[in-house]
Amino acid sequence: MSVLSAFLRRPAAGSIVSLIAVVGFYILFGGVNVVTLFGAASWLNFAANLGIIAIPVGILMIAGEMDISIGAMIPAGSMVTAIISGYYGLPIWVAILAVVGVGVLVGLVNGLLTVNTTVPSLIVTLGTLVALQGIVLSVSVFLTDSVSVALEAPPWAKLAFGQLIGGSHQVIILWWLGLTLVFAAFLHLSPIGNWVFAMGGDKVSARNAGIPTRKLTIGLFMVSAIAAAFVGMCQTIQFNSAQVSGGMGYIFNAIVSVVVGGVLLTGGFGSVFGIFFGTLTFAIVSQGIYFTQIDRNWSNLIIGVTLLIAVGMNESFRKLAMTAIRKKGTK
Amino acid sequence: MEMVHTAPVLELQSVDKSFGPIDVLHGISLKVHAGEVLCLLGDNGAGKSTLIKTLAGVHQPTRGKILMDGAEVSFATPRDAAERGIATVHQFGGTFPLMSIGRSFFVGVEPTKGWGPFRIFDRKKANDIAVKAVRDFGITRIDDGDRLVGGLSGGERQSLAIARAVHFGARVLILDEPTAALGVKQAAHVLRIINEAKRRGLAVIFITHQVMHAMAVGDHFAVLIRGAIAADFRRGEKTREEITDLMAGGETMADLEASIDAQERRHA
Repeated sequence: MSVLSAFLRRPAAGSIVSLIAVVGFYILFGGVNVVTLFGAASWLNFAANLGIIAIPVGILMIAGEMDISIGAMIPAGSMVTAIISGYYGLPIWVAILAVVGVGVLVGLVNGLLTVNTTVPSLIVTLGTLVALQGIVLSVSVFLTDSVSVALEAPPWAKLAFGQLIGGSHQVIILWWLGLTLVFAAFLHLSPIGNWVFAMGGDKVSARNAGIPTRKLTIGLFMVSAIAAAFVGMCQTIQFNSAQVSGGMGYIFNAIVSVVVGGVLLTGGFGSVFGIFFGTLTFAIVSQGIYFTQIDRNWSNLIIGVTLLIAVGMNESFRKLAMTAIRKKGTK
Repeated sequence: MEMVHTAPVLELQSVDKSFGPIDVLHGISLKVHAGEVLCLLGDNGAGKSTLIKTLAGVHQPTRGKILMDGAEVSFATPRDAAERGIATVHQFGGTFPLMSIGRSFFVGVEPTKGWGPFRIFDRKKANDIAVKAVRDFGITRIDDGDRLVGGLSGGERQSLAIARAVHFGARVLILDEPTAALGVKQAAHVLRIINEAKRRGLAVIFITHQVMHAMAVGDHFAVLIRGAIAADFRRGEKTREEITDLMAGGETMADLEASIDAQERRHA
């Protein structure tokens, strides 16, 4: 009993229960073959690409901020890679450095605008999202006369960022798993992780406690921008070409994953493993439907219902964590 | 009475504070010694929160001096005041309801273990110290540092915040209406904690508009009306009725009752 109640108080509880419920639903009502579903790569590839972006966005949300400019950072990362290494033929490592550089720059702009104005970061990053789309399109057309550029990456870069393992699983899945552990260590083990929660709980008190809230906010924006650019780069190396469009779907998908994962929209509460399972849940709902006999037109309905149920569960589990006080002498 | 010979831990000398053309505080002079509770009484709008913010370094006095241990000081930021040992605890205590007791206790000063870039937050140490600090103040119901602050009662949250301030070396404790939102039992709880802080030699500034609570723990009282000190007296020098009358702005409770009666008769 105490194990169960301890589990339900974790921020990840809602997303794990949702994941089990969704898989159960598909098996019972969709006639899914479990072996086929778990052997398939489609939802895992989908989850990995989304998850690498969802975690830093979720950490920003825990810190009380929001970043939707990631929607433009994905094509930005793609185009930077393809233009530098494909169009101009420079070594791929130059492109990788440039991808990180663009991420740092966009994160810096988002961060500076957020900490120096009272404009909510949702609006700030809405502005930079649209602006960045314009820049990516204009610069691409100006430099290459095209909205799509081909790239032939060298074998080592293919191996690291863009190969298929076993012919179906993208190598980015390994990046996702590794980065999940790195982000989890940062948020839950490092002292700076504690600052993130404090900042999301009460920014003024956090600043008075000596936390460098400005630097930390800017740093977190940089990480989310780099993560989105990284995914764009991997996709370009994987598919040997880059397009200026695309990426917008990631904005909502990342937010759904983060919220299903138990992160409080107003900040101060959440976990990396919650976001991880939230992403998995979202991936299985949206990609797993192809393995069922359910008409795929229903998938958005199922996503919406899953989101509402998961948020409802997260809400009640969080209340449980707040109010349930273990009486003395009971364990 | 050797206390008379030591300088007060914190003293204000003729402090004025205005915001542009608006004068909020005029000629405030106050002292608080170690091991003493100064009760600052006043109705809403009397200037209590401006005074607290001036003591805590949020505002700087327009005129006048702030002294600590007899030497003049100036606080540019709340950080400055905090570094000199002035801690403010607000009405709702801990401000991070969704953080664990151990984590919120050490926000900004996290204990770590390990080395170099692999230093990690020492959860067990943080929890042990936080739980011990608050239990030493007599809150024995708290035994698990992993519990969320939001799960504690109002009185326990106040106690946790006070224990935290004391643990990090506060010398002056400013308590802003700590009992205002609490029931009778919880308030008694917080008053006990105030006595314990006093026993440990802290200078306590207790802001309240509840005369009973002030009289239960106060050594020294100051009544604030429209930004000025209207009365300054020691324990036992005034009765509860006299203090209530003072807070109402010189108008006695009896006058007030008479005017309400008269009004009711007119409308009857």
